[in-house]
Amino acid sequence: MNKKQKKMLCRIVASFLLLGLALLVPATGYLRMALFLLPYAVIGWDVLWRAVRNISHGQVFDENFLMALATIGAFFTGEFPEGVVVMLFYQVGELFQSYAVGRSRQSIASLMDIRPDYANIEMDDKLVQVDPDEVAVGDTIVIKAGEKIPLDGVVLEGASAVNTAALTGESLPRDVQPGDDVISGCVNQSGLLRVRVTKAFGESTVQKILDLVENSSSKKAKAENFITRFARYYTPAVVIAAALLAVLPPLLLGGAWSEWIHRALIFLVISCPCALVISVPLSFFGGIGGASKCGILVKGGNYLEVLADTEIVVFDKTGTLTKGVFNVTAIHPDQFSEGRLLELAALAESYSDHPISRSLKEAYGAELDAKRVQQVEELSGRGVRAQVDGTVVCAGNDKLMEEIGVKWHPCHHIGTTVHVAVDGAYAGHIVISDEVKPDAAEAVAALRRQGVRRTVMLTGDAKAVGEGVALQLGLDEVYAELLPAGKVEKVEQLLREKSPKGRLAFVGDGINDAPVLSRADIGIAMGALGSDAAIEAADIVLMDDNPVKIAAAMQISKKTLAIVRQNIVFALGIKALVLLLGALGMANMWEAVFADVGVSVIAILNASRALKTKGLKS
Amino acid sequence: MKKHFKLIDLDCANCAAKMEDAINRIDGVHSATVSFLGQKMTIEADEGRFDEIMAKVVKACKRVEPDCTIQL
Repeated sequence: MNKKQKKMLCRIVASFLLLGLALLVPATGYLRMALFLLPYAVIGWDVLWRAVRNISHGQVFDENFLMALATIGAFFTGEFPEGVVVMLFYQVGELFQSYAVGRSRQSIASLMDIRPDYANIEMDDKLVQVDPDEVAVGDTIVIKAGEKIPLDGVVLEGASAVNTAALTGESLPRDVQPGDDVISGCVNQSGLLRVRVTKAFGESTVQKILDLVENSSSKKAKAENFITRFARYYTPAVVIAAALLAVLPPLLLGGAWSEWIHRALIFLVISCPCALVISVPLSFFGGIGGASKCGILVKGGNYLEVLADTEIVVFDKTGTLTKGVFNVTAIHPDQFSEGRLLELAALAESYSDHPISRSLKEAYGAELDAKRVQQVEELSGRGVRAQVDGTVVCAGNDKLMEEIGVKWHPCHHIGTTVHVAVDGAYAGHIVISDEVKPDAAEAVAALRRQGVRRTVMLTGDAKAVGEGVALQLGLDEVYAELLPAGKVEKVEQLLREKSPKGRLAFVGDGINDAPVLSRADIGIAMGALGSDAAIEAADIVLMDDNPVKIAAAMQISKKTLAIVRQNIVFALGIKALVLLLGALGMANMWEAVFADVGVSVIAILNASRALKTKGLKS
Repeated sequence: MKKHFKLIDLDCANCAAKMEDAINRIDGVHSATVSFLGQKMTIEADEGRFDEIMAKVVKACKRVEPDCTIQL
C-alpha cells in the first residue's frame, strides 16, 4: 500500500468506529443527525469537494457527484446510517480497486524487470559503473557473474552460461563463448564476460521490449472500447431514469415523495460506471502480462482479442518450423558402419568450407586428423576426391558418382544427399537437411486442438522438401518454390478464403517476411531475441523460437476473453437486477452499494486471474 | 507525429475514458488513447501545431480530472 492508500485506510477505520458510536448512542433529532454527520464527513469530505469542483468544470455525471447526491439524499430522507454506509463502502471499494490495480501493475512491472541499472566499464584498470545510456557503440563492457547484461554486444573474452528466462520464459541457460552475440536483459550466470557493445542503449533489445510492453495498453481491444462507449451512455441514462423515478410516480400515482426519492437514490448509487470500465482493460492487461511471463509479447489488447478467433495459421518454413541450420539427418552405409561412413566423408571434406562439409564435420564431432587426408581435389558442383588412409574416397552428388562410374542409388529421405565411394565402389550415402524443430509437430497438433482449421506452410524451397516437411508435421497444405512476393499473394488468397469471423495468423522469423507479417490479420514473429526487424513488424512476438508457444498464446487469449465476457455479463447483470428491484422498492441502498462496489471488487479479482498462466495445457 | 506522455495521479478508469474522449475531439488530434492501467497517454496529432494542441490537451484533462497531471 502506498501512502495515499494508508491514509484512506485510516479514514475508513475512523469513520467505521464513529459510525458504530453513532449507532449506539440513543440520540434523537438533530443530535442524531450530527452524530452521523461526523463519520460521514470523515469518510466523504473529499468526494463532496471533488463533486463541487467538477460540477464547476461542467462534469455533471461524475461519480463523485453521484455518490455525493445519493448520500446527501439519504440524509434528507432521514436515512442517516445508510448515507454513511454507502459512502463508507464506496471508499472501501475505491481503496480496494486502487490497491488491486496497483498490485497487478506491479506484478507486470516485475515480470519486465529487465531494465539494466548500470554497465561496468574499465577505466585505468578499474571497473567503473556507468549508466547504460552513456556507453557508446564499440566500447568494451565487463559483465560479472550474476549481473544483468546491460547492452547488446559480442563476447570478446570469457565463457559463461546466460540466463534468458526474463525474456523468453525458457529456464535452460544458453552457453556463450568469444564471438557469440549476447543480448541485453539476460543474466550472466557463471563467468566473467568482456563484451564489445554493438548497439546503443536506445536501440538495444531490452529497450525495444520495454517500449513494446509499455505501449501495449494503448492499443485497445474492441471489448474495451465497447465498454467505455457503453459507460458514456449508461450513466446519464440511469441518472435520468432516477430523476423520472423520483418525480413521476408521486405526481401521477400520488405516492409518498420520500419513498420514491429513496428509490431514485438507489439508482444513483448503481449508475457509477467504474466497475465496468476498469474490469475489461484490467483483464487484457493481465492477459498481456501473463503472456509476457511465457516469453510471448503481445503488442496490444486488440491482438490478444482476435487471436482467439484464429482459423488459418500460415507458417514460413525455414527458421519457423525448421531450425534453419543444416544437419546430417540420415546415414545409410552400404558396406561399413554408420560411424565409419561418416568419418570417411568428414575426412574427405575436411578441407572444404562448404555448409555441407561443415555439417558433416559437425556430425562427426571428434577432431579430424588432417594428416590422414592427402591429395584433396575439390570438384566444384559435384563434391571432393581425396586420399584417406591410402584409399581414394569420393564424396559428392549423383553427378560425381556418374562421372567416376560408380553405381549409386537414390535415397528416400528428403534433403541433400552426399554419396560416398571408396576405391571406386559405392559405400553408401549421407543425407543432410534442415532439421525440423523437435516440437514443431506438437505445435501444429496443439493449434488444431485450439480450433485452428487450416495449417498452411509457405516455403521458397523445392517442392519435395516442402511436402516432406508438411507430411512429417501433419500440416494441411504446403505451397513450395515461392518467392517473397509469392508469399504475400498466397496469404492474400488465403485471406479471401477464410470465413468472415475467422482470422489468419502468419508465423515467420521476421527475416524477409515483414510484408507478409503486416498483411496477415495477426503477424507472429518468432525467435525474435536479438532481431529488431521482427519485433517491429509483428503484432505478437515470441521471444524464443519454440512454435508451441503459438498455441499457448491462443490459450491465453481465450482465457482472457472468457474472463472479459464473465465480467461484462456479471457486472451488467447484477446492475440490471438491482436497478429493477430498486425501482420496484425491493432493494435497499446496501444492495445498491454491493451492485456498485461489490461487483467492481469481484470483477477486479476475476480479472487478476488473467495474469496467471500456470496450468495452461497446450 | 506520435508521442507518449506519462500521467500522474490518474485514479479513475472512467475519468481516463472521458479524457480520451475529450482529447479526441480537439481539432488537429488524429487519434488519442489514454491508458488507465499504463498511466499513459498516446497522442497522434499534426506535427506543426503540436505544442498548440498539447496546450488544449492539458486544458481538457484539467477539466475532466483536475487531480491528474500530464508529464510533458
